[in-house]
Amino acid sequence: MTLLALDWILMLEKLILIAIIVFASLGIALYTTFSERKVAAVLQDRPGPNRAGPMGLLQPLADGLKLIMKEEIIPNSASKGLFILGPAMAMTAALMTCAVIPWSSSVELFGRKIDLQIADINIGILYVFGVVSMGVYGIMIGGWASNNKFSLMAALRGASQAISYELAMGLALIAVLMISGSLSLKTIVDQQMAPGAWWNIVYQPLGFILFFICAMAECNRTPFDLPEAENELNMGYHQEYSSMKLGFYLFAEYVNMIMSSAVMASLYFGGYDVPFLDESTLAPNIAAIIGVLSLLTKIVIFLFLFMWIRWTIPRFRYDQLMNLGWKSLIPLALVNMLATGAVILWQQG
Amino acid sequence: MDTIQILFFSLSALAIFSAIMVLVSKNPVHSVLWLIAVFFAISGHYILLNAQFLAIVNLIVYAGAIMVLFLFVIMLMNLNSEGEPRKNWWMKLAGVVSGGCFLVVLVSLVKQATELSGKAALMKTGDIGLIKNLGKALFSDFVVPFEISSVLFLSAMVGAVVIGKKD
Repeated sequence: MTLLALDWILMLEKLILIAIIVFASLGIALYTTFSERKVAAVLQDRPGPNRAGPMGLLQPLADGLKLIMKEEIIPNSASKGLFILGPAMAMTAALMTCAVIPWSSSVELFGRKIDLQIADINIGILYVFGVVSMGVYGIMIGGWASNNKFSLMAALRGASQAISYELAMGLALIAVLMISGSLSLKTIVDQQMAPGAWWNIVYQPLGFILFFICAMAECNRTPFDLPEAENELNMGYHQEYSSMKLGFYLFAEYVNMIMSSAVMASLYFGGYDVPFLDESTLAPNIAAIIGVLSLLTKIVIFLFLFMWIRWTIPRFRYDQLMNLGWKSLIPLALVNMLATGAVILWQQG
Repeated sequence: MDTIQILFFSLSALAIFSAIMVLVSKNPVHSVLWLIAVFFAISGHYILLNAQFLAIVNLIVYAGAIMVLFLFVIMLMNLNSEGEPRKNWWMKLAGVVSGGCFLVVLVSLVKQATELSGKAALMKTGDIGLIKNLGKALFSDFVVPFEISSVLFLSAMVGAVVIGKKD
């Protein structure tokens, strides 16, 4: 087992973990589309999808089947390679975020201690930012390659929106990092789990609100869904797309929502921590299972919040969006950062 | 050949191939995308050198932000490969000669450097690239140049705002 001097069992373990996490996030994303339609229905006082299966539970499968069976159209004037690359990049970037999220504490299986995190890297949360900034290319490439002016306009909107809100997001994040003193998400979660420690939301309420707004903008969710504004841009950057390529774009949005919910839960809400419960007194495997359930619960709550906001608030105008980003969120984030720094300095004496 | 060497050579091959594609591509949008691939390969090299912070900042700043702005400009200008003006042959010749001279200078510099001769790059060793050590070095030993360069960036930002402002 020393071929290429790699720990092959570790590789296998990580591969299995990656497969589980990727398929689980895809599965959750599948049912997020369903619950989005259900939540929308409840908020608009109508029954929502209820035909396929009991309570309409098979609806996402039917949707997926429909998307796969549809005819795949690549416009003649489109740039073919990039047209295919666009949705692939959007999806890949959305899924890659899951690598640094600590899904739970470690489990012990077959005498091995397995961390439920794909990679606990030194740069942790910065990796998430790197991947998120790659996600912009999925939209830009797709919009440009379609060779349609509406798609191009939508792609440019999407990219400029993502860049503007990434700044405020980064500034909000710096305040958390100043408190925790580490970039590793695992360490940040462990600090919040320690007995007697509070969740970061207690120290960073403003930072969290800023982060949440920016996350909504990064995921292109209403009220920030300008790249998909039907009444201005027909359909948005994926106008020329059909079949599963369109499905990838729509799906990537939901995966992004799940991942940003997981990041927010880890940064501000203790990750896989259960409040008022000392996990170290439990058996490690049970603690791990409770941890996963706890993180999933937090993610579901965030997802519901995303949907609730989407079906309550109308879309911003483009100048309002830019004004909010540059003239409100960034100054607020800067003030938050300076205040946090001042308090930390004052406490250190 | 161990894992690191395999990674090193495949990343180098990717970097060189993408760099050539940047130059060869007729379509400027394709060139920018290949340039992003070059940044990825170089970030891979940084990670091999255990400079994780540098690697991710390279991706966030160059591949993530600056290249998006490049793409913006190119997409809005709508450059088509057909519409591109043909350059004179002597312009091309001058470019080849000057580029070749630069290459010769670079290669001779690397060959002359005594501390480089007969040594392979140190891989996966050293921890100056980790964010903690890098931050300590930047804010203690190199604090003056660091702060001055940040003032430089600020002035560039202010300049951009002033130019962009209508009357």
